[in-house]
Amino acid sequence: MAIEIGTAAPADTGDRATALILGAIGLAILIGAPFVVYPIFLIDLLCMALFACAYNLLIGGGGLLSIGHAAFWGGGAYIAAQSAKIWGFNFEFAILAGTATAAFLGLIAGIVAIRRNGLIFAMVTLALSQAVFFLALRLPFTHAEDGIQAVPRGWLFGVVDLRNNLAMYYVTAAIFLAGFLLVARVWHSPFGQVLRAIKDNQPRMVSLGYPVDRYKLMNFVLSATLAGLAGSLKAVALSLATLTDVDFTTSIAVVLMVLLGGLGTLMGPVVGAALIVTMDTYLSGIGVPVPVVTGVIFVLIILVFRRGIVGEFAYHWHRLRSR
Amino acid sequence: MSMMALFAQLLVGLINGSFYAMLSLGLAIIFGLLGIVNAAQGAFYMLGAFFSWMLLQYLGVGYWPSLILSPILVAIVGIALERTLIRQVYNLDHLYGLLLTLGLFQIIQGLFVYWYGTAGQPYPTPPGLTGGHNLGFMFLPTYRGWVVVASLTVCFGTWWAIEKTSLGAYLRAATENPTLVRAFGVNVPMLVTLAFGGGIALAGFAGVLAAPIYQVNPLMGANILTIVFAVVVIGGFGSILGAIVTGLVLGVLEGLSKVFYPEASNMVIFAIMIVVLMIKPAGLFGRER
Repeated sequence: MAIEIGTAAPADTGDRATALILGAIGLAILIGAPFVVYPIFLIDLLCMALFACAYNLLIGGGGLLSIGHAAFWGGGAYIAAQSAKIWGFNFEFAILAGTATAAFLGLIAGIVAIRRNGLIFAMVTLALSQAVFFLALRLPFTHAEDGIQAVPRGWLFGVVDLRNNLAMYYVTAAIFLAGFLLVARVWHSPFGQVLRAIKDNQPRMVSLGYPVDRYKLMNFVLSATLAGLAGSLKAVALSLATLTDVDFTTSIAVVLMVLLGGLGTLMGPVVGAALIVTMDTYLSGIGVPVPVVTGVIFVLIILVFRRGIVGEFAYHWHRLRSR
Repeated sequence: MSMMALFAQLLVGLINGSFYAMLSLGLAIIFGLLGIVNAAQGAFYMLGAFFSWMLLQYLGVGYWPSLILSPILVAIVGIALERTLIRQVYNLDHLYGLLLTLGLFQIIQGLFVYWYGTAGQPYPTPPGLTGGHNLGFMFLPTYRGWVVVASLTVCFGTWWAIEKTSLGAYLRAATENPTLVRAFGVNVPMLVTLAFGGGIALAGFAGVLAAPIYQVNPLMGANILTIVFAVVVIGGFGSILGAIVTGLVLGVLEGLSKVFYPEASNMVIFAIMIVVLMIKPAGLFGRER
């Protein structure tokens, strides 16, 4: 029995009206949010949400479980921070440099990891991400425990001053939205369908003549690239890249977000990221050990709530409508 | 002098290697029976060290009793988790088993970080094993010599028990076809639970041995887990002896790289993993499953 992936986001059914209404509500929230909630918190949240969307593309689209995705998020973050602070890159080029680095790391890791499936694939991703962690610990430019701090945000295209939190928020929101729509587009494309078919029955796809490994590698690189984009954006917007970004706990956090929201649903990762980031912020304020709480949620989801929030909602919505 | 350094690093490599061997051996046993990669293995290694530290700190129980007691306590914790939680995911995709044990790992590690911080607690070298011997070509601290002897004995003892005894034969048969073995009147669920406990006790035992060498630190499990995963990928699942040999050899190679190129010593196992995956994806001793 394969990992249960919800395929039942309202948009998947061709129910365009529902999708449009949901989309309009989402857009309104995205635009109005910084007037209600502290923008810095929202920037953090949106970067994590984009990271979760990128991760979801890998596991929800291709069924590949990575437990080392922090390597791409953090790898992007370090290079973006370094290029903005030391090399004096503009905002957009710093983001680009970080994203390209993650794509490159994703290509290398992908070539190695897709040689195995399932459990061994997951173990390989963890080991490779640990190698990236050691690099971040040892290379001189990353400053070990201190990380790269006080990264300047700079100006967008030399025009918009990003030191303004509201401006930074809207740039982040725009990049997030672009990333989200890209994932949605890939999801519904023939490429996405082939990926899901490979997940369901790889030997059959091989026998039908699909270059299965190339599809998986492309998906892996795409996911790593988007994760790097999210990490780069976070490093510049929050002016910080540290060892936490390449740490094992970050890899686990993104798995948790996607599981909580609902594997393979488009909105799930966003909902999951929003909940986890909010919970982290709240809990660390009152001195509760966050890893223990997230670990308990993790275990509970696996045992009793495998569809996740959006997945569960979509499941019942469908049952209701098909009656 | 440089010969001394070489042999000293070889010894450290051999010690680390035997820890890798014990942990990956436990992983291989549990994987063979349940098809689950037990990511909590790192946490059980940490628990082994912590239980022996707590036994000494709070109850005054010394090293030798806790060498037996601590792995048993760890196995009890593991079996309790298996009976209540891990059992629930046997019929699901095995990836859920990995995710569940990762969650358990995070809970156990998080609790100990919360209680004891990340500074690490010292554990004294047991009386009788302090000091060392000058072997001419190197200085051998007695305790480290003991660790190598003890862990090699346990590793090869486990191999012998699985490959050469009748209980081991039942175990191997249950790995191949549990339903048929049950039909012969063997209590397979009991056997599975015992083997699971044994696999976890191995990690706990490694933890007790590690306590006087490395400090007792809540994060020690996370550090070793990723390396052990790489070791398992290199060796491949499917061979008990393969897990032991791979663990030992990689530990020694890691030790050697500390002599010749210290900056890369953390990376050498991962580099070997990449090469092995490109050349022989199933692992050195593995079969494509």
